[in-house]
Amino acid sequence: MNHKMILKSLGSVLCIEAVCMVPSLLVSIIYCQGDTSSFLLTIAILLLLGLGLRSVKTETTTIYARDGFAIVALGWLLVSLFGALPFLISGAVPSVIDALFESASAFSTTGASIIREIEGIPKGIVFWRSSAHWMGGMGVLVMMIAILPSVKASTLHIMKAESPGPAPGKFVPKIKETAKILYIIYIVMTAVQVIFLLAGGMPLYDSLIHAFGTASTGGFSSRNASVGAYGSVYIETVITVFMLLFGINFSLYYALLKGNMKSLFRDEELRFFLGTVLVASLLIVINTYGSVFQSIGESIRYTSFQVSSVITTTGYATADFTLWPTFSQGLLVILMFMGASAGSTAGGLKCIRILLLFKIVKREVIKIIHPRSVQTVKINGRIVDEEILYGVLTFFFAYIAVFTISIAFVLLDNKDLLSSSTAVVACLSNIGPGLGIVGPAGNFADFSLISKAVLTLCMIIGRLEIYPILLLFAPTFWKRVNI
Amino acid sequence: MNIIIIGDGKVGYSLAENLSRENHNVTIIDKDSEALRKAEENLDVMCIKGNGVSTKILMEAGVDRSDLIIAATTSDEMNMVCCLTAKMLGVEHTIARIRDPEYASELSLLKKELGLDMVINPEQAAGSEITRLIKFPPATNVEIFAKGRVEMVEINVTNSMAIADMYLKDISHRFPSSVLIGAVHRGDEVIIPNGEFMIKENDSIYIIGQPSRVYDFCTRIGIYIQKISSVMVMGGGRVAYYLTKYLEDMNIKVKIIEIDRARCMELTELLPHALVICGDGSDEELLISENFSDMGAFVAITGRDEDNLISALIAKHHSVGKIIAKVNKLNHSDIIKSLGIDSVISPQLITVNYILRYVRGLQNAMGNPINALYRIVGGHAEAIELTAGNSAKYLNIPIKKLNIKKGILLAAIVRKNSIIIPHGNDVIKAGDNVILITKDEIVTDLENIINWENNR
Repeated sequence: MNHKMILKSLGSVLCIEAVCMVPSLLVSIIYCQGDTSSFLLTIAILLLLGLGLRSVKTETTTIYARDGFAIVALGWLLVSLFGALPFLISGAVPSVIDALFESASAFSTTGASIIREIEGIPKGIVFWRSSAHWMGGMGVLVMMIAILPSVKASTLHIMKAESPGPAPGKFVPKIKETAKILYIIYIVMTAVQVIFLLAGGMPLYDSLIHAFGTASTGGFSSRNASVGAYGSVYIETVITVFMLLFGINFSLYYALLKGNMKSLFRDEELRFFLGTVLVASLLIVINTYGSVFQSIGESIRYTSFQVSSVITTTGYATADFTLWPTFSQGLLVILMFMGASAGSTAGGLKCIRILLLFKIVKREVIKIIHPRSVQTVKINGRIVDEEILYGVLTFFFAYIAVFTISIAFVLLDNKDLLSSSTAVVACLSNIGPGLGIVGPAGNFADFSLISKAVLTLCMIIGRLEIYPILLLFAPTFWKRVNI
Repeated sequence: MNIIIIGDGKVGYSLAENLSRENHNVTIIDKDSEALRKAEENLDVMCIKGNGVSTKILMEAGVDRSDLIIAATTSDEMNMVCCLTAKMLGVEHTIARIRDPEYASELSLLKKELGLDMVINPEQAAGSEITRLIKFPPATNVEIFAKGRVEMVEINVTNSMAIADMYLKDISHRFPSSVLIGAVHRGDEVIIPNGEFMIKENDSIYIIGQPSRVYDFCTRIGIYIQKISSVMVMGGGRVAYYLTKYLEDMNIKVKIIEIDRARCMELTELLPHALVICGDGSDEELLISENFSDMGAFVAITGRDEDNLISALIAKHHSVGKIIAKVNKLNHSDIIKSLGIDSVISPQLITVNYILRYVRGLQNAMGNPINALYRIVGGHAEAIELTAGNSAKYLNIPIKKLNIKKGILLAAIVRKNSIIIPHGNDVIKAGDNVILITKDEIVTDLENIINWENNR
């Protein structure tokens, strides 16, 4: 492994984190709630360490797949670790593990919180939580690739390790250009959302917080009651639409910019994603109408918001869905596993994988009927490589395995099964709220240290799609000579 | 520039590597996903799996927004059709690799009808390169500039040469001649030498000047130049065909060893003056029985690198005068050099050089055209010939006053029929052909050899 290059890249990541903390510093200066010094201190530590690591002399800058994976995994752990410092130093979150939980939740765009009273926390700290969301949404390392000069072809390994989906690819021949395009689309869409929210009478500070939470499909709010606190149909509609928009594969936006409307409408994953949203919303509307909501309008309003929020793994809430009928709750849990499209900012298994899994099952069935038939799995008319299918199957198992093992740890707290299992899936799929005590009205504060640690790891494992973090635990991964 | 390369073989890959390094947007199309994976992982390019003839795939690669398409698949016909389709779809320039001698004769017709901007025949190019080496045996490498008026010759320095262990400034005193030592390859390093540089044994030096002067200089420093009158060629492929044609024009006798009987029959028809022997060229017995140690040169150009190298080593063992081997896998050039084989030829490298020159030429079609470009010392340095434009800022300024960047050497100026090895007081005039040697710097225009900021 190219250890020096890994250290150097980690240095760059820390420097980028320091720069991204500057807006929060400014916010803390404006509101003067005593959290300014915590940001100054953290920025100083980050810069000192980051610049120090960056000055490491490297013999060769070539990195291979495993170096890329190491940079991504260690980068995310470090970023979460240092991101926790402002919470700790300012005293907003006094315990170390709680601060780490909050920081990992922010960067992994989960939006699960251990803070009971968010409105009592200094505004700078709340802003930092949401800016961390925004950074983590598109990826800290993708940002590094977009910003830093002298990007080599081998950085593709970093991008592949960080970007979600079974086969992340480039839009344009140059990797740096691809990263730039991704961020430009991301920034422009976030800015448009801020404008829409401002138009609905939301204050600038709140608009930014909620736009960051939506863009990254994170779900941190500045209000205890989340988006429900505003009680405005306009704001809820804007956020619903943007949550869905950010759950769409960004490569489709690029195709759209290039004037390729056809590929947008013909994309199977997009159809599947929107179809699921529609069907799930419809079923829940029918299920909740009359029992929870008295008017059909109300039912549609709350259901569509909640379905979009859960399937895109955002986790905003306008209603306490733990009070909904069991069928609706169950449907939401299924959506939690599923997640939105690959190549978006959402977490979860991703629609494309579910779609592929269904197609694989269909192929198996046909193979039983016609044992000698030759069948290929196609997406958008293109044959999907057997290797990718195999990857999807293994990923599905790995996901379920991590889910099961984590539940075992969390159950040690002796909370009810529903709360424990949905807490794990809410963290693993980067959603935020689950059911039971971790529902939209509750939070994760009641869990024990071990559970919080496991859930913290789950969030990062889920964001990076398992393998980078799993690799860190493989002993041979670290050896110079590994056989 | 946006460039599409069809065919991710050795040439396609090497081109993609070099073009993406020169900051072009490169898209590769190939049917083989295994080949594409290597490119995807190692190069900053986009890879598309599919048939390059298909309009759909070409559109997906953005052919309508591309400036250049290079077709380098294994099939000549496919390359032609790719270029034709791409041209219809709106690409500016097309380059096709066409290697079949049958097509070579109708090339001008094909070029016109298919709208091809450039046709490259690697085997023919390799044949003419080998011919140049045979013409001047001491050289391991000969490149030509200004339509042959200037040559750059690479020579390995041995102890018997007078220039070994001499400073460059002393060499120019002892052997006053209008040639220049432009670059030195020592170990893994490429050096652009100055007067204080001492030539040592085992260095490779690049001598630039008029062919007759270079010849003259070489004899004076103690290189024995023997005229070659007979050549043994191992392998009867397409390179052998072109090479034999060229050599016969120079009245050199050629003996070809080819293992395949059917091909031997073909060769006797194609090359009536050559002696064709059917047998295995890596068989020492056969080589000895064909008294190859008396031949002026031994050229190993079969399709297998291993056979070529082994035969070349056998020839070296039997002290054949001049040994040339063809190698397809470029990445071992340093190791091969250490084996002591005089000259190594790679059709791939030659093809890449040709196309790179064309691409650089396109890039500055407005400025001064590139007439020649050779990548030397395994691609670590380049020798370029450019024509000075009419309205450039550097015209008529003595060279010592121009602040030329480090790592760039002004090697020669060709002005009409005279060749100037530049000194401090010489100037570049409009219309001059300027030959440069550069390292670590990609030059596309004469303007960018000069540090303008520090000049004031």
